[in-house]
Amino acid sequence: MREPGHPFLSDGVNFGDVLLSLVMVVIAFVLCLVATMLMVWFERKVVGRLQNRLGPNVAGPFGLLQTLADGMKLFFKEDIIPTKADRFVFQLAPYLALVPAFLTFTLIPLAGDFSEGGSASSTIAGREFFWQVADVPVGILFLLAMSSLGIYGILLAGWSSGSKYPLLGSVRASAQAISYEAALGLSLAAVILVSGTLSTQDIVAVQAGEGFGGIIPNWNVIVTGFVPFVVFLVAGTAELNRPPFDLVEAEQELVGGFHTEYSSIRFALFFLAEFMNTVTMGAIIVTLFFGGPSGPNPGGTFVGPLVGFGWFFAKLLVFLFIFVWFRATLPRVRYDQLMDLGWKVLIPISLAWLLILGAIRIARDGNIGVANDVVGDAAFVLVVGMVILGLGYWMVRTAVVNARAERMEAAGLTEVAVLPDSRTEQEIS
Amino acid sequence: MTVTEDAPSNAQQGQLKHLPRLDAVLRMSEVRAAELADGEPIAGENDQTMIINMGPAHPSTHGVLRLMLELDGEIVRRSKPIVGYLHTGMEKTGEALTFLQGPTNVTRMDYAAPLFNELVFSMAVEELLQVEVPERATWIRMLMCELNRISSHLLFMATNGMDLGAVSMMIYGWREREQVLRFFEMVTGLRMNHNYIRPGGVAADLPDGWRDEVLALMDMLPPRLAEYDTLMTGQPLWRNRLQGVGVLSPEEANALSITGPILRSTGVEWDLRKDMPYLAYDQVDFSVVVGTYGDCFDRYAIRLEEIRESINIVNQIVELMPRGDYRIQDAKVTPPPRARIDESMEALIHHFKIFTEGFKVPEGEVYVAVESPRGELGCYLVSDGGSKPFRMHIRGPSFVNLQSLPHMMADSLLADTVAIISSADPILGEVDR
Repeated sequence: MREPGHPFLSDGVNFGDVLLSLVMVVIAFVLCLVATMLMVWFERKVVGRLQNRLGPNVAGPFGLLQTLADGMKLFFKEDIIPTKADRFVFQLAPYLALVPAFLTFTLIPLAGDFSEGGSASSTIAGREFFWQVADVPVGILFLLAMSSLGIYGILLAGWSSGSKYPLLGSVRASAQAISYEAALGLSLAAVILVSGTLSTQDIVAVQAGEGFGGIIPNWNVIVTGFVPFVVFLVAGTAELNRPPFDLVEAEQELVGGFHTEYSSIRFALFFLAEFMNTVTMGAIIVTLFFGGPSGPNPGGTFVGPLVGFGWFFAKLLVFLFIFVWFRATLPRVRYDQLMDLGWKVLIPISLAWLLILGAIRIARDGNIGVANDVVGDAAFVLVVGMVILGLGYWMVRTAVVNARAERMEAAGLTEVAVLPDSRTEQEIS
Repeated sequence: MTVTEDAPSNAQQGQLKHLPRLDAVLRMSEVRAAELADGEPIAGENDQTMIINMGPAHPSTHGVLRLMLELDGEIVRRSKPIVGYLHTGMEKTGEALTFLQGPTNVTRMDYAAPLFNELVFSMAVEELLQVEVPERATWIRMLMCELNRISSHLLFMATNGMDLGAVSMMIYGWREREQVLRFFEMVTGLRMNHNYIRPGGVAADLPDGWRDEVLALMDMLPPRLAEYDTLMTGQPLWRNRLQGVGVLSPEEANALSITGPILRSTGVEWDLRKDMPYLAYDQVDFSVVVGTYGDCFDRYAIRLEEIRESINIVNQIVELMPRGDYRIQDAKVTPPPRARIDESMEALIHHFKIFTEGFKVPEGEVYVAVESPRGELGCYLVSDGGSKPFRMHIRGPSFVNLQSLPHMMADSLLADTVAIISSADPILGEVDR
């Protein structure tokens, strides 16, 4: 599958290869910007309709140019840097948020004919290429790295503002990043496990195959058993800082959170980054769980990639709508509840699910030979895994209890300081 | 606010060296707060708390309420509500206006429930005048006030949803409230600040077709309330945010003279409409909604149920509405009819005198209270026998209820403070008057 290599790494790189790469970067960048712009419009329009409003409808046809108008307005506003701010970091932070958002987008296979007998790659002037900016062999790792880097922008923005509300926002951002990156990574591990590759292009190619019964597609959402997808969707929403997990900016609590002190184009960059991240996260979900551009395809030099793009876009739209739907419907989760959800629900679930998937895989390969049948082998692996997990839990638990006891002793206290817990066990009249 | 200097002294005792006592309910004096604003630590070197100002320009302090919070991480250790940013001197202004002009002034206090302000003022004046308003006027007042209670609670639903991040609820609440306000406009000519209920009755009779309008409203609301139930009441995230947050005990509530839904949420069945009936509330059938836990969820649920009870009351009023006059025909208080002014010089003079000089009210003092959507709304009125009040004081429920904030907020998270302010539902116009 991996025929078209990396023009810069292979021998005999020439001007044509460089030009092709440049054109691809420019196209992807423009596409990403336009998609982001439309996403802002889409969100405002859909939320508007869900709230019995019209949404933007003045600037351009159907209000399509509203984002452009807002962007221009922000561009001409005064750029204020608070006197107490750390000037360098304050100015750097918006770019730290924006650049990773775009870099992640380069990993997404946007088009291509993945159907039986079709070719995912296209050829222009004798150069074969995939419909994505870069097919990095460590694709998913790069994706995780970039999404972690994006948090730094938010974190540093809040910290460098020299103001209290943004500081609270950035503290929340760091806590949120830590608790959700783990769940995100673990649900990705399930995808990697069944796909056997880290490259996004190959993950799509694997999913393009015929699935169960020949009717149901071979999408990872089904192959991995739905649970990793749900975990990824929740953790992804948290990673995006979108409602109901928008604690980082929570305007009702922290005024504007990390971007309270930002104005003018710097604020616009954060805004852009947030929506670019939303588009990218939707694209990632489509790529990893829903087969990206794969789908029934008539094939052909021009039609093939175009139809692939159509499939990709249609799937993407569904997830963008879901994100907007979340925003319109759900109340915001509280800080401690978010932590609870991340550490006590999502991470254990994805760990356990990974274990089950691994057990089934090992048993299917038949390398164990304990019970000499798939079910028996799977059960054996599961039991061993459970025991190991239980042992790990016990060790962590003991460490936590001991550490707390030591702290209490040092503080001369006998009572445990706990957060006010929500009233879960009591019934409401 | 009492001056409490517990924290430093407690810290000196060594017992609370690292962690402040969790159940402490402390408030800061104004002097101390001013010192702290300069960045001085509150309890020595080891104390890692942060003083943060919430308001008066903050998205969710319902106007211009200012809260000074002492944060330990995200946990609010101490808080102090600071009021006065919307002080308009309405009580003082009331002394310069005649009794007839009074409702125009007081209606602007609780701007979410303006008719209650007019009602309580008018009732106080009538009490001083020792006059009895006609039956129809009483029932019209009751109808309008119950509708106003509905619109006020709908506003609460909207802002409560907004404050907790359920932004769509904001619009839904406004949407339904708009329908109620449309009826108000039809009756009084205005959406807010009606000056409709006046000493001696109401400004005008109900217009033709009011019955259909009200019934249409009452048909529209229940399905919408069912929508709210789906969107919020049964929603796990919503419940998690509100249940067990901002708990107030009945003893605390009584000690702080809290009234209204906040008091009822603690399980105390106290509603002036039932316990000290005014207007004709003893002739309609309704129940007082009480909570069990005194938390934010109970306060939310009580208001939602009170809308349903009000719908029930309004339906009864529509059936029982008597015929008759909409204001008393007492020449001392009521201007002559328009037709008479064209014919009679005396009538013209009479009309002129009533609207310039006003009518004289016998010497005396009186306190009248009604159950507004926020609690006991009282009016203390002193007359020296002239045509203007000697002294007017309004007991604003929002103002008194604000006292409960530091108690409900103690050791809650920052996000909870927003839920708590929202559930106290203060209207700052009434707080500062």
